Amino acid sequence: MNMEKLISIKNVSFSYGSRPVLENINLDIYRGDYMGIVGPNGSGKSTLLKLILGILKPAKGSIKVFGKSVDIFNRWERVGYVRQKASFFNLGFPATVEEVISANIHSGKGLFNTSVKRCRERVYEVLSHVNMEEYGGRLIGNLSGGQQQRVFIARALVNSPEVLFLDEPTVGIDLDSQREFYCLLEKLNVNMRITIVMVSHDIGVIAQKVNRIVCMGDGKLICHQNSSGEMIPEVLKKTYGDWISPIIHDH
Amino acid sequence: MELFQFGFMRRALAAGMIVGVLCPLIGIFLVLRRMSLIGDSLSHVALAGVAAGIVSGVYPPAAALVFSVAAALGIEQLGKKYPEHAELAIAVILSAGIGTAVVLVSYAKSINIDLFGYLFGNILTVGPGDMWLIAALGSFILVFVGIYFRELFFIAFDEEGARIAGIPVKKINLLFTILVAMTITLSMRIVGALLVSSLMVIPVAAGIQTAKSFKHAVLMSVVFAQISVVLGIVFSYHLELASGGTIVLLSVVLLMLVLGFKSLSNK
Ligand SMILES: Nc1ncnc2c1ncn2[C@@H]1O[C@H](COP(=O)(O)OP(=O)(O)O)[C@@H](O)[C@H]1O
Ligand SMILES: [Mg+2]
Repeated sequence: MNMEKLISIKNVSFSYGSRPVLENINLDIYRGDYMGIVGPNGSGKSTLLKLILGILKPAKGSIKVFGKSVDIFNRWERVGYVRQKASFFNLGFPATVEEVISANIHSGKGLFNTSVKRCRERVYEVLSHVNMEEYGGRLIGNLSGGQQQRVFIARALVNSPEVLFLDEPTVGIDLDSQREFYCLLEKLNVNMRITIVMVSHDIGVIAQKVNRIVCMGDGKLICHQNSSGEMIPEVLKKTYGDWISPIIHDH
Repeated sequence: MELFQFGFMRRALAAGMIVGVLCPLIGIFLVLRRMSLIGDSLSHVALAGVAAGIVSGVYPPAAALVFSVAAALGIEQLGKKYPEHAELAIAVILSAGIGTAVVLVSYAKSINIDLFGYLFGNILTVGPGDMWLIAALGSFILVFVGIYFRELFFIAFDEEGARIAGIPVKKINLLFTILVAMTITLSMRIVGALLVSSLMVIPVAAGIQTAKSFKHAVLMSVVFAQISVVLGIVFSYHLELASGGTIVLLSVVLLMLVLGFKSLSNK
């Protein structure tokens, strides 16, 4: 298989103030990957995503996105991001689901602006991917946490990104919705060829679904495996300790 | 209506209605970003500008514009020093504004009637020259908000998301703060420095309550502001009340009605 590198992280370190969070991280993400990032709370998973997305700047090392240094990369519509916890916004904000999603539509410059009608079609297209097409006209603050999360996934998909980053996307979502959600991700990865990078504590799912796994602990990559089935439980054991094995075997 | 046979009343109404579009239009972004206090802060600095204009013989609204734009930039700069305490920069600039205004007034000795006009608003003194300023700045603000509506909405809803989407958040925020300063300067004549920010906040508070979408919230905020302005001008003329106070009180009454109606219909 010829593997196209979408993201390349070399010797990256980062600290908040004087507090080191990531040390000497090396990681490549290839087109078509379904990557799971696991690790205890505070191990720097969200920070790593923010560095890739250019929200934070690395103190050392280099990050390349689609072959370009993250500082000068400007085709962010090729990258989708669903951040940790959907409740970052003010729940009283008077905005409909349709307005929230269409605000993210990347429109060309000047005269090549996407037409209103085309935007609307696109919004309902992505809403149908997450089974939310009936909710386009609803106020975002009136939806349940799980529904909001699906709206934010739809928002991340609206520009047909080539890679999708998800930070603990299933926290606070009931089990049925979670199952549907993982089906959706699989569909995106397999049918639509979207590269997926997901931070999750949902170890059972990670072990089953992803094809590459990255474990973080103490700001370091403890291990990094191309999963060929059996490898993954071993890897997880190394990250979280022995208590993990019964959970994995449940699935 | 007979009262609008006078040129000054027609000017008052026209100026009032322009301000009644601009204040809620700018105000809704401030309210939703939890920055409503910035209006108060800039209006006090604008008042210092008026005082400086009177003392130095410069056209006071022009001085007010310069002062409040400078203050807007000052808030941006100070804010960078206290990223976790956005309200601190606003409070500092507000105090600096009041302090400067008071010092300048005491320096001028005689309390100037003009200054009271800017403090409490005196719609009847809107001259043809003021009309030009209001119309020109007003059109500029409308065009800007029209062009950047999607970006302003995105930033208000989710600033980090907007940045990731490649929106030049810093640049737009800076321009927007300057627009706030402009809106305040041109509204001061109508509702007064003390009450400008009320017209940016109260109709929006009512508009948000009735909103079915963001665009609808904007529309309803403007509608509530227009009702307050037009009725306020008519009432203040007939009952010989201060125009600014009457307009703002009417917007409070409207807000109460909206809240009351909503809690009744939710039962
Ligand atoms: N904005 C911040 N300022 C200071 N420290 C932070 C900030 N965000 C995260 N941290 C710290 O950095 C470490 C890594 O955080 P994070 O990347 O969120 O971990 P994870 O997502 O793996 O739970 C944690 O110890 C956290 O307390
Ligand atoms: Mg995290």
